[in-house]
Amino acid sequence: MNGSKPKKVYFYGTCLVDLFFPDAGMAGIQLLREAGVEVVFPEGQTCCGQPAFNCGYWEEAREVARTQVALFPQDLPVVLPSGSCAGMMKVHYPELFHGQPDEAKVRAFSARVYELTQFLVDVLDVKLKDLGEPVKVTWHSSCHAVRDLGLKGEPQALIGQLAHVELAPLTREHECCGFGGTFSVRQPEISAAMSCDKAADAEATGASVVLSTDGGCLLNVNGTLEAKNSKLKVQHVAEFLWERTRAR
Amino acid sequence: MHAETEVHFRDAAAKALLDPQLRANFRRAMDGLITKRKAQFPDPRDLQDLRDLSTAIRSRSLLNLPELLEQFEANCTKNGIKVHWAETCEQANELILGIMQAKGAKTLVKGKSMVSEEMHLNAFLESKGIEALESDLGEYIIQLDGETPSHIIMPAIHKNKDQIARQFSQKIKDAKYTEDVDELTAMARKVLRQKFLDADAGLSGVNFAVAETGTLCLVENEGNGRMSTHVPPLHIAVMGLEKVVARLEDVAPLYAILTRSATGQAVSTYFNMITGPRGAGEKDGPQEVHLVILDNGRSRIYADPQLRATLRCIRCGACMNHCPVYTRVGGHAYEAVYPGPIGKILTPQMEGVGVRHDLIHGSSLCGACGEVCPVEIPIPEILVRLRREATHEDLGSTVAGKGTGRTATEDWAWRLWAGVTKRPVLYRIATWFATRFGKALPAGAPLIKNWTQSRTKPVPARRSLSERMRAEGGPHA
Ligand code: SF4
Repeated sequence: MNGSKPKKVYFYGTCLVDLFFPDAGMAGIQLLREAGVEVVFPEGQTCCGQPAFNCGYWEEAREVARTQVALFPQDLPVVLPSGSCAGMMKVHYPELFHGQPDEAKVRAFSARVYELTQFLVDVLDVKLKDLGEPVKVTWHSSCHAVRDLGLKGEPQALIGQLAHVELAPLTREHECCGFGGTFSVRQPEISAAMSCDKAADAEATGASVVLSTDGGCLLNVNGTLEAKNSKLKVQHVAEFLWERTRAR
Repeated sequence: MHAETEVHFRDAAAKALLDPQLRANFRRAMDGLITKRKAQFPDPRDLQDLRDLSTAIRSRSLLNLPELLEQFEANCTKNGIKVHWAETCEQANELILGIMQAKGAKTLVKGKSMVSEEMHLNAFLESKGIEALESDLGEYIIQLDGETPSHIIMPAIHKNKDQIARQFSQKIKDAKYTEDVDELTAMARKVLRQKFLDADAGLSGVNFAVAETGTLCLVENEGNGRMSTHVPPLHIAVMGLEKVVARLEDVAPLYAILTRSATGQAVSTYFNMITGPRGAGEKDGPQEVHLVILDNGRSRIYADPQLRATLRCIRCGACMNHCPVYTRVGGHAYEAVYPGPIGKILTPQMEGVGVRHDLIHGSSLCGACGEVCPVEIPIPEILVRLRREATHEDLGSTVAGKGTGRTATEDWAWRLWAGVTKRPVLYRIATWFATRFGKALPAGAPLIKNWTQSRTKPVPARRSLSERMRAEGGPHA
């Protein structure tokens, strides 16, 4: 990319965003377009393969991963509205394909992968203008976004650009919300205990929205808050940012 | 086996979750330990430097393990320490019994040693008519109740002051009920003091074993370790074979990061270095020192370059202190000697990945353990590796019980998943159904039932992102 900002990127929706948070996906695409980037959304996207990878079924994960890598042939950045799936593609694909005939090809793909907020801050250096009403939000760190992918506060930096948004710190921000993919159904009792604590911590901040960069965490915390009829809502950070910066 | 044990951890954990006292005890204790550790590392760069150094020392020690063990044994022998090797826990137990019998020893006072827990030494000795008394306060407390440690550093952390007060008043002779911590400690001390004086033998673990000098290093806070190793005429130390480091200078950084990671202390109250029995003209110390070095699956773990990282562990307990699962269910739910994240990778490697399939899957893979571990053991990666091992016989490894955790249902489910997910057309049909009829799925369906125990049912959006992008007719490839 020679230091200049890319004009064109691929967008990878991820299965959870595709199915449960399409608005977040659309918002991510709009944010990129707003920053002057052309967005290519290849047909045939399914899943990054993380569930099978994490459960030890690597052959199955590889079969699926191969079909996904093939969708992004050009040397363009691949942007994902998910820290977890970005971490899978960027960090774990090279592990998954270690010693495979197509390892080099996959590594080249992995090197082009970015999480959305990472791309907006680190590559595009976007400046957001807040057009919304004053609001208080809190931030839940996705474990995989921070610990696998190595996100370094990019989402918070973007939220910080919004003049009328107060970011209330979440106690134990970095503690897992209890989703963990299959963990949530294999260990429902422990997962529930973790989710309920996370929901209670979020409520205690006095914020009206919990933001995160991961569909899994959002689905989990949302389900828990809804089950206890909480007034607190969850929202994907992309959708939140897009709403705030768009004149109504 | 697998289906049975799978429920194991889940059931034990579910039971623990119903105990509000237990949950409160752990949450409070772990939050405290996290805060104390954090205060010891104000500068993240300093922490990383010390971690890098410690990891390098442990990795280097393991790389040269066979040579270092030889050197260590030779130097111990030179120092007058009698070295014994045990491949299994049974052998180690028999060795200790033999050492005691040879000296006519009938009573043993113990410092803290997780390896002796691994061997179930107390029960073994008891069956042979030998009394083994734990002298670490936490260990003493749980021994009174016939329990096992719930934490590798703080064995009685699951109990609060009131519970201990009640227990002491019932189990210690002539003890009156008090909730005063100093008085409670004094009560235990009174019992233990006499035991130190009367015991025929003392037993300890080993934190670091120095090859170049043949020295056993012991980190402790109560002074009971020193009493156990110096007062009785016979001292028996037990250690796992991975504990060796090359040089004396390797110990300082490891010690610094151990106490800080474990209890948030810059140094521990006591640090003992044992280099042999009482010398001629010396006033104290045991007449004989024996060292039992235990394998118990460690050399098999050592043989695998990735799994070998498990043996870097310095048993600080930071991974469990920071684990969201451990914090909520406590140590006993694991039904293993080593609980928490390190236990989740170590226990299956020792006992077999099929047998402890339940532990391998008892993690959300959040990564907090790997992030905090002072010697950078990639615990989540090793967990995933073990999940592979449990379901594959053909990975060319030496892992115990590989392939025995496989079930037909799970196999079939992943194959089906891959079959659909690698074919965009099938996948599109599946998501089309999900978006149209997702709402209609019964909340009581198998996996959904587990999810909806505590959450509302997730409802797919009416139109998926892919559909909307297609409809938008936007730029497609
Ligand atoms: S695995 Fe790491 S954090 Fe856990 S006890 Fe061992 S050294 Fe400490």
